[in-house]
Amino acid sequence: MKLTIEPRLSSSWRLAVFIPVFSLAAALFSGGVFLYFMGVSPFQAYRAILTASLGDAYGLSETVVKAIPLTMTGIAVMLSFTMLIWNIGAEGQIFVGAIAATAVVRFFYTDSRPVMLIMMFLAAGAAGGIWAAIAGFMRAKWSVNEIITTLMLNYIAMNLLNYFVFGPWRDPSSLGFPMTPPFPDTARLPVFWGTRIHGGLILAIILPLLFWFVLKFTRWGYEIRVMGENPRAAGFAGMNYLRNVVLVMFISGAIAGIAGMCELSGLQGRLQHGFSGGYGFTAIIVAWLARLHPFAIVLVSFLMGILLVGGETLQIVMRLPLSSIMVLQGMILFFVLGGEFFRKYRIRSVKDDDAVPLQAAPSGEEK
Amino acid sequence: MEIIIPILTAAVRSGTPILYATLGEIITEKAGILNLGLEGIMLVGAYTGFSVAYSSGSAWLGVGAAFLVGTLMGLIHAFICVTLKGNQVVSGLAITMFGTGASSLLGREFVGFTIPGLSRIPLPVLSDIPVIGPVFFNHDALIYSSYILVLFFCWFFTSTRPGLNLRAVGDNPRAADAMGISVTGTRYFYTLLGAGIVAVGGAYMSLAYTKMWGELMTAGRGWIAVALVIFAIWNPARAAFGAYLFGGVEAFQLRLQTAGTTIPTPVLMMLPYLMTIGVLLFISIKKGKGILFGAPASLGAPFFREERD
Repeated sequence: MKLTIEPRLSSSWRLAVFIPVFSLAAALFSGGVFLYFMGVSPFQAYRAILTASLGDAYGLSETVVKAIPLTMTGIAVMLSFTMLIWNIGAEGQIFVGAIAATAVVRFFYTDSRPVMLIMMFLAAGAAGGIWAAIAGFMRAKWSVNEIITTLMLNYIAMNLLNYFVFGPWRDPSSLGFPMTPPFPDTARLPVFWGTRIHGGLILAIILPLLFWFVLKFTRWGYEIRVMGENPRAAGFAGMNYLRNVVLVMFISGAIAGIAGMCELSGLQGRLQHGFSGGYGFTAIIVAWLARLHPFAIVLVSFLMGILLVGGETLQIVMRLPLSSIMVLQGMILFFVLGGEFFRKYRIRSVKDDDAVPLQAAPSGEEK
Repeated sequence: MEIIIPILTAAVRSGTPILYATLGEIITEKAGILNLGLEGIMLVGAYTGFSVAYSSGSAWLGVGAAFLVGTLMGLIHAFICVTLKGNQVVSGLAITMFGTGASSLLGREFVGFTIPGLSRIPLPVLSDIPVIGPVFFNHDALIYSSYILVLFFCWFFTSTRPGLNLRAVGDNPRAADAMGISVTGTRYFYTLLGAGIVAVGGAYMSLAYTKMWGELMTAGRGWIAVALVIFAIWNPARAAFGAYLFGGVEAFQLRLQTAGTTIPTPVLMMLPYLMTIGVLLFISIKKGKGILFGAPASLGAPFFREERD
């Protein structure tokens, strides 16, 4: 007897549901074991996470507040991942979007709330889009590795934000804290139901629907899916790779930038140091766990929202650093990757003298 | 000269963690495995090195522990990428997230402590050479071992049987397999070894560079190293040149800050990252004209023994 690995020829929807759920459960279990060995009680930690995020109406609303930027940014990176362009720079695009929106408030202030908000929206989208399109253009034109450039642009955006909030835009009455003065009400998105849930919610609902439709039913959506799966075939079919990479990165960055603007205008009301809290990175997990499906992104964002609200609670109640939630995020990714294996292959035991049947090659998405 | 020598000396010091990380990534990539987890591995290495050195009083025990923990992180990556044939980009990101979180979580008890760290050992005779002496031979032993490592890998890749086998696995795993080289074994070995060396780079940060532990203290150096591998076209000697170039930018930037320049700090802090993009752009445009070689051909692609290409 020995074990062989062979590709699955078809994948059932049951596996497609069961494997991510199982991966998530396994990750939470291993994360618990890890926490235990770090001297943190996993039961206490998970209970704190769950009660804080789902225990009451306030907790639930806070989870939604986290899920809004995650959904938007998740859609943003999903779009580039679909094309196999690795936009790891959503964090930086969130920053420049927020910086641009703040600039609009400072320099083009008007008393009309709709005009103000639309201008902020456009500025944030343009800034985030251009920020990402730089990396996209260099990738498509000269094959400059976009993982590195988008990441470096993150650090540059972070320092750009620091420059403004420590320097020229600092609120003189902030007692030295690196933040701008609070925005006037005309530059704030409306909030709903007496919670902190803000107007970004509408975008977090529309964007998944929009991009589900675009990817599934439009010619352009078809083109970028083909380019992700087989760039050579796309080239033979006369699809313009350069233009599409730049366009996809622009849209991806624009959505991330707008997510930054929503966070700024809907939630925080001023630009400050340490503004985003890693949404751009968490979005990568969201998109991957959702297997790049727009609706699944909404669901996974909500789950990640639970973790993030829980992470803040851990910080306050159990005095753990905020980044410790990244342990769980990393674990989840490990197990999702492991789970992918069982979705694509099956392990069979065969007798030694059995010839292993040759199977068709698995899909080339890894290449 | 009086101004240049301290900056060059500092360039070697601040370039060393990046050099270790770049060397580690080069040997892993030579085997065909892309490890984007450098940032996380460096952080874990920095934490492990510091905590062990602090608790035991021996900086070298810290270096050894960092190496071991680094290989464990490499083992996770190798298991996902080689055995499970998972996506190497996502696995690397997961390693970075996990390492960042774990080091912050574990390191929370060590924030604010300092250690004596690695001591400076001026090499006799060599350190008396003008300019070169103080710049290269008036450092701690971990810097000297990085020189040896660079020379060793230059020789190893081109002139030894295992080195050639390694390159065969990275360039053409099918041919390597046919030659009787274990692709799986080779990839595991160099992913583990590479990650261990990367972790030593992280340990250098906490044991010699700052002599303390701080959350997120590597500040993107792991990612800069990933870019430097491309800049170095997988050549250890060029990696050293690139790492010192970046160390130089950092040293220069720090010196400007302490000299009380009117340029705001965040603008200066952008320099290394801007330079990374610039360097990568330069290399890639050159590559477009066919001057660049050296990328392992199977980089990032899992190997399926039972399948035909």
